[in-house]
Amino acid sequence: MYLTDEQQAILNGAKGETMAKVMKTLVMYGETFGADKMVPVTSEYNHLVTSFGLKMMKPVFDLMQQLIDAGAVSAQQFSVDPRPVDPKVPANFIQKLVFNKIMYPTQGMYEEQLEKLGLMNEDAFTCASYLDQVGNKPKKGDILSWAESSAVVYANSVLGARCNRNSGIMDIMGSIAGFVPSFGLLTDEGRKATWIVQVKTTQKPEAQLLGSAIGMKVMEDVPFITGMERWLGTELDENNTAYLKDFGAATASNGAVGLYHIENLTPEAKELGASLVAPGARVYVIDDAELERVKAEYPVMWKNPDAMPKLCFVGCPHMSMQQLKDWTDAVERGLKESGNRKVLIPTVFTTAPGVKKEFEATAYAARLEATGVILSSICPLMYMNNPLCKSMPVMTSSNKLRTYTTARYYTEREILEKITKGGN
Amino acid sequence: MKEFKGRIVAPGTVTAEAVVSHVGFNTLASLQGALQFGDKKATCGDQNNPDLHGKELAGKALCLPQTIGSTTGGLVLYCACAMKRQPACMLFSKPIDSLAAAGSILASVWLPEVQMPVIDSLGDDFLNYVQDGMSISIREDGTVCVQ
Repeated sequence: MYLTDEQQAILNGAKGETMAKVMKTLVMYGETFGADKMVPVTSEYNHLVTSFGLKMMKPVFDLMQQLIDAGAVSAQQFSVDPRPVDPKVPANFIQKLVFNKIMYPTQGMYEEQLEKLGLMNEDAFTCASYLDQVGNKPKKGDILSWAESSAVVYANSVLGARCNRNSGIMDIMGSIAGFVPSFGLLTDEGRKATWIVQVKTTQKPEAQLLGSAIGMKVMEDVPFITGMERWLGTELDENNTAYLKDFGAATASNGAVGLYHIENLTPEAKELGASLVAPGARVYVIDDAELERVKAEYPVMWKNPDAMPKLCFVGCPHMSMQQLKDWTDAVERGLKESGNRKVLIPTVFTTAPGVKKEFEATAYAARLEATGVILSSICPLMYMNNPLCKSMPVMTSSNKLRTYTTARYYTEREILEKITKGGN
Repeated sequence: MKEFKGRIVAPGTVTAEAVVSHVGFNTLASLQGALQFGDKKATCGDQNNPDLHGKELAGKALCLPQTIGSTTGGLVLYCACAMKRQPACMLFSKPIDSLAAAGSILASVWLPEVQMPVIDSLGDDFLNYVQDGMSISIREDGTVCVQ
């Protein structure tokens, strides 16, 4: 890989041993993927995936401290994934003990490290950093050093920024150095689609189910998706960006998709059309039966598959303002129809702290509270990642949460039915 | 015995027993529970991976197509290495993905005392041939011997 004199000097130790290791990490990363050079990181902010002070991550904290001690911190500030705990989210005595004493006793220490490394502000804890209320929205063509699979796929696909599916820690290495190796999704060639996905459903597909089906089929490849115009139109309005946020998160977690194109909708597909499809691209047809097949094959991990759900999470990735308003309307409507006053299953909606503040300043907040739904900025995934939750029947509309935990997936319509009208 | 040639991502020689995943290896879903709750055998916790769910991964020759899922994958692998609960080696039938590469590179640069040879691009034949329990040896030139 070609290195500039400055980059070579850093690699040789001109800025100290720690910076030399940062550079060596990036060079090895690039060489593994055939990068020919480094390119400058051009986004205003970075986004890190590691927000949780999990005890098992001591090796990461040690590495972060090594960076801080050596002054190897980024000029870029960053947002970071959501916090793992929130006292408002239902948990029994033992769970609280496990969260606070066993799993996340180092949360405070880690947040201090994040501040030293360049955290944007105390509200910068969300997986959906690109929401307007958070303020970390890259421009088209920006080069990023982000991690967080759902944020990376959104930035690439919906915003037209350029970012590889970087791992945690690698995200901050690129930001500290100020450049990243040029390969994969940073290149025009790497952004070409090697799959054509033809959507032929008879109704608008559930975002997280469609994303799951595509992710499991194409894995790490780039799909060019047709047939969505009649469901989404051709404009990236608030409803569509929320849909694509959830869709992309499912492609990235159920597979390893870092970029998708949707014909006549996403920026590069609008600009370049079918020329984005690489020669020899494979074809995957999705109809109603295929989505049914995919959903039916999800394993049910509850001890008792017929159990009454004890908790429901909506908002992985974090919900947008419009989604919060739409869900508030829908829950109210469902309760009115069933004659119930409050939701029948403890339900948590999760959103970015900035969105939560803005939502709480509207009349919707009191209406949502009246339904019994709890609004939080927690990371449901981190909440669920403990042995106690294995025996707890939790349901979710998030295919990402389903993938990583024992939570059971239901469509949004099914979730609404269950929380407002009951039934297991 | 059959030999396979791939590309050396992280060098080293080792002999270990194979565990095989025919689907993408979800690093976070597979290892987080084990690392968090002191399972020294690093039992795979990924419910969506019928090939590996419930099997020990520490010290085994992990044979897989690629890794998938959360971008915490690389740092989870890095933590497994730092805690000495990593697989003995990772053998990819496809070119390595960015998350597994990050974990392997981070360990190689920042944890020089840890050894986890990584070979990629071994081909579909490799994954079709290798089975759980087979003995795997990696030679210095990156040749993978399966018997």
